[in-house]
Amino acid sequence: MNNKPDLRVKLGPLELKNPVMTASGTFGYGREFESFVNPDLLGGIVVKGLSLKPIAGNPPPRIAETPAGMLNAIGLANIGIDEFIDKKLPWLKTLHTNVVVNIYGHSIDEYEGLAKAFKGVEGVSALEVNISCPNVEMGGMVFGKDPAVSARITEKVVKNTDKPVIVKLTPNVADIRLMARAVEESGAAIISLINTLTGMAIDIERRRPKLANISGGLSGPAIKPVALYQVWQVVNAVKIPVIGIGGIMDYRDALEFLIAGARAIQVGTANFVNPRATLEIIEGLRGYCLEKGIDNINDIIGSLKKISYKTFKGERIWT
Amino acid sequence: MIDQHIEIVFNRKINHGTFLMGLRSPQIAFESRPGQFVMMRVDEGIDPLLRRPFSICGVCDEDIICVLYKTVGHGTEILTGKKAGDKLSVMGPLGQGFILPGNNEKAILVAGGIGAAPLYFLAGTIKNNPIEFMMGFGSSKDIIPPEHITKQPVSVSIATDDGSEGYSGMVTGRLNEYLDMHIHEKDALAIYACGPLPMLKKTASIASDRNITCQVSLEAMMACGLGACQGCAIKILSQDNLTPYRHVCKDGPVFPSRVIDWSNI
Repeated sequence: MNNKPDLRVKLGPLELKNPVMTASGTFGYGREFESFVNPDLLGGIVVKGLSLKPIAGNPPPRIAETPAGMLNAIGLANIGIDEFIDKKLPWLKTLHTNVVVNIYGHSIDEYEGLAKAFKGVEGVSALEVNISCPNVEMGGMVFGKDPAVSARITEKVVKNTDKPVIVKLTPNVADIRLMARAVEESGAAIISLINTLTGMAIDIERRRPKLANISGGLSGPAIKPVALYQVWQVVNAVKIPVIGIGGIMDYRDALEFLIAGARAIQVGTANFVNPRATLEIIEGLRGYCLEKGIDNINDIIGSLKKISYKTFKGERIWT
Repeated sequence: MIDQHIEIVFNRKINHGTFLMGLRSPQIAFESRPGQFVMMRVDEGIDPLLRRPFSICGVCDEDIICVLYKTVGHGTEILTGKKAGDKLSVMGPLGQGFILPGNNEKAILVAGGIGAAPLYFLAGTIKNNPIEFMMGFGSSKDIIPPEHITKQPVSVSIATDDGSEGYSGMVTGRLNEYLDMHIHEKDALAIYACGPLPMLKKTASIASDRNITCQVSLEAMMACGLGACQGCAIKILSQDNLTPYRHVCKDGPVFPSRVIDWSNI
């Protein structure tokens, strides 16, 4: 059996059998997709964001479709860590893949509490810290927009966990590199980005917002160019590995992020449209490598060619 | 439950804005129960992006599932252009369907407009109970005639809001009238309803006032259909308020009407 191409990637302390993960909130607690996806084939699963106590979430309507995208304002509805550890984790533990727990707190103390709650818990490969959810009043995103606060949360979590810490950044900032550097300096092992872009849609017949929460997070192919640019910016601003997220629908999209320098990618909204999207992306990456004669996927990562210019008769020419 | 690329067998216009589509999938047809739904991708492109939920309207020739749809937007508009032989991605069957009536229960089916779809499937499935099937439409031109939907003989009574055919007024008015007339019958009753929210709300209140069990099939904006995205939340009457929502895709789309918090939806 020929195991070329080698799709394994290493993100600091985290080893993935391939660079394809699921994005938090789009794959439930994993089992929802059991009929379609054998999770053992994935690089990792990021479960729905968890808080210390259960959260009921926002009133409906919670989602609205937009051109090539969707808005959601779920409001971090989740079962809370106790029920997660009790009911969901036993099944997740049986998987042969990385299970990443996404955590969300209303205060710095809550983030600390969440980190402590998973200390020593088997079956959890890493924590992904959500400082970027746009849909809750207390405002995870308020944290994620302030480099000093982002740094403090990261520090607290890193200090209170034995697991690699991924910090998930919001794109709704003026310069995402500042956030990236802040969390890197505070001990984050990995950065993932982007979370959703804040947006809105209006029902013109009723003259009401389409979401009960008024605003929501935009996801899907519509946001991919924004995501790609921010990922590229962050890759070039920090030394720690980066996970690219945002509008990835197929392996071509995934390749763009890998070429830009993301060490892995997360698939979100695509799971709703095509429940097998993750597996098809893995197959697509394998096919691309075979076709191009690439033995190791790491040869693609960060392989974006430098652009140079020359000046010819006073005009700048791209060479 | 599976996700398949399946062939359209027919895509027939029923009235000015309603179509009946038949899709061939022995597996989905075999597993489908009345009240369940499928998530369909109207196109392979990215606009519209999301799948759309459609109630299963019936199963014919053992391997064809039927869906009834109304042209309401971009997605359903695309569907009207599909021809026999074209293929669509269809995932299903999904959700919890209707609980069939118990022994000696009389089933009262109350449909509003396109809400007739799952009730046709239900009517075709109930074998040993008497059925009273009533449907409400805006006007006579909106009627979805049973002979266009199913080969089985189904007797329905029609109500139109403008009185152009059948009972004049809302179908819930017809329901009230029917219950008044049959109040002394010994049969236990079970109401099954599907239609617009105000109609369901009214039906639920009639059922509750008369102490009749009632199941409603709800609609909601959905992204995944699998219980993962939590987009299709619906408010229920809960004791603790920690878990005030259920999800139409997975916990429903059929719910006992008494569990729904009708004042907050």
